Amino acid sequence: MKNSMVVIVERKDFQNLFDVLSKRGYQISGPTLRDNAVIYDNISAVEDLPVGWTDHQEGGRYRLEQTNKKSLFACVVGPHTWKKILYPAEHTFIQVKRNGSKLEITSAEKKPPKSALIGVRPCELHALAIYDKVLKDGPYPATSYLQRRQDLFIVAVNCVNPGGTCFCASMNTGPKATSGFDLALTEIINNDRHYFVVETGSKLGADLLKEIPNKEAGIEETQTADKALQKAAARMGRTLDIKGIHDLLYRHFDDPHWGEITKRCMTCGNCTMVCPTCFCVNVEDTTSLDGRQAERLRKWDSCFTVGFSYIHGGSIRATETSRYRQWMMHKLSYWQNQFGTLGCVGCGRCITWCPVGIDITEEAAYFRKNDK
Amino acid sequence: MTPKPKPKLAVWKFASCDGCQLSLLDCEDELLAVANAVHIAYFPEASRAVAKGPYDISLVEGSITTPHDAERIHKIRRMSKYLITIGACATAGGIQALRNFKDVKDFISIIYAHPEYIETLNKSTPIADHVFVDFELRGCPINKYQMLEVVNALLNGRKPNIPNYSVCIECKRKGNVCVMVASGIPCMGPVTQAGCGALCPSYNRGCYNCFGPKETPNTSSLAALYEKLNVSHDDIVRMFRTFNAYSEPFRKESEMYEK
Ligand code: SF4
Ligand code: SF4
Ligand code: SF4
Ligand code: SF4
Ligand code: SF4
Repeated sequence: MKNSMVVIVERKDFQNLFDVLSKRGYQISGPTLRDNAVIYDNISAVEDLPVGWTDHQEGGRYRLEQTNKKSLFACVVGPHTWKKILYPAEHTFIQVKRNGSKLEITSAEKKPPKSALIGVRPCELHALAIYDKVLKDGPYPATSYLQRRQDLFIVAVNCVNPGGTCFCASMNTGPKATSGFDLALTEIINNDRHYFVVETGSKLGADLLKEIPNKEAGIEETQTADKALQKAAARMGRTLDIKGIHDLLYRHFDDPHWGEITKRCMTCGNCTMVCPTCFCVNVEDTTSLDGRQAERLRKWDSCFTVGFSYIHGGSIRATETSRYRQWMMHKLSYWQNQFGTLGCVGCGRCITWCPVGIDITEEAAYFRKNDK
Repeated sequence: MTPKPKPKLAVWKFASCDGCQLSLLDCEDELLAVANAVHIAYFPEASRAVAKGPYDISLVEGSITTPHDAERIHKIRRMSKYLITIGACATAGGIQALRNFKDVKDFISIIYAHPEYIETLNKSTPIADHVFVDFELRGCPINKYQMLEVVNALLNGRKPNIPNYSVCIECKRKGNVCVMVASGIPCMGPVTQAGCGALCPSYNRGCYNCFGPKETPNTSSLAALYEKLNVSHDDIVRMFRTFNAYSEPFRKESEMYEK
């Protein structure tokens, strides 16, 4: 890794990270407890993190449990994603005023606060890289995303404790962060010692670290972290064999099994809403009652809705089966045609937060097993 | 240039509790703007002044439960350019459609001292079973912002932004934690049409389906999930039989679980 540095920050000094970020004018967001889950929200202190909690995730089921360890990051990803901050669920971007016979069109974009994200998981870094490709680096960047992405400070957290529906190891997106962060932490609790192995990923990260008490990492400490991460990779809750997946699904485009899946699928859209790479939005125009003003806004949309594929007089994907197939094939096949990578980073959210627990890894395995 | 005459709006009541009309009056801040934009020609709940038809927009609340009403709705249709039904009664038959699952004569004989004076139909039915409806606004009661949106869209000649997808989509946009996945609380959001702003899940309760079935609702999958969450068959029947009990998908699903 180019110019990266690895140091140790003791747990007792961890609050400094929050203080330094605040001092530098960042609004800090990170994992915190709410309504029986770990969500992302504004936080300002170590105590705001889910201290001592861990999660149990299965298809359609999420439960928290308190442990006797005081880990800060023993819960993996929950129902929120960082798109909440970077590409908000509802966003007004144009205002229009009627002025005589003319329309005055102005941008409704407001400069967002400078944001720091604490606790970004390796799979989520990969999701951000995908978002960058789609929303920032393409021919039509989204202004709101650019503004929010620009000054972002990212504190990644490696996963020593993968969740029940995680499969980043299969997707080559985790459980260790390799790029796309300013600082990356591995949390270690060893006997009575609680510390963080901190890797710098940017000049800004290294600069910030100077203000937090730290010491050079010893071989034993880095080895402990590496071993923990190797073990984590071997005990993912799920696996997905991605070899030739693009063609595999194409071969099964007309497989009746899609219909079997949609006996259970409710086309509720939860899986797309919680997915960190889903970027689809619907654009709506609203007017004032007197018709003198209008606004254009976008809202997160989902390919599970009938309206999503509505074109002059009808919906292209009228059947539930075609909609489920669109979602899964976009993630694992079409995405590759479109953007050159897979559209799934293996975070497992779509499995956990699907009320009926439909599992993308199970369905992929079905097609693999029945491939002739 | 003479100003265009304001569109005439009428509000009609059938078998209902008046809650949806009240939602319209509840628009408070926006009510003046509405009164400026349309001529409220017939709205007994709000004003005794009555202007004769025809009307540009008729909002119809309530279901059809009597022979008299079954005729009256045709007259209203003939007088109205756009007929918009508002609320679960008008769009699905309402809570009073629970009688559709029983023999109405039994109720009458139990409840009324002089059953011979009661003239009623066997079933409570939605307006669309009787006349052509231009637009349906769901909810028990309707959401006042959706009401304003429909009137607004009509006045401005644009498509109303009223989605037919699930409550879950609104729920997730709001950032709620799913009560079904995280707490095991049965929720009807996955088969219910959005529009309330995911009100109940926002207060840690399951959705009660006030807005009726969403587009392509998979009620059997949801009911199977309820069984896994240890909801009894009787309770599954009750969950599908509330404000929108007589909407076809909910009626059929409830009948599947009725012994
Ligand atoms: S998928 Fe991997 S990187 Fe993502 S939360 Fe789970 S273990 Fe961590
Ligand atoms: S796969 Fe699950 S979450 Fe996704 S639309 Fe179907 S039922 Fe809803
Ligand atoms: S098409 Fe569907 S799966 Fe693909 S990004 Fe959009 S919402 Fe997600
Ligand atoms: S498809 Fe599922 S596992 Fe893959 S990135 Fe999206 S939510 Fe995560
Ligand atoms: S709480 Fe209910 S409405 Fe919200 S996502 Fe869960 S199932 Fe859907």
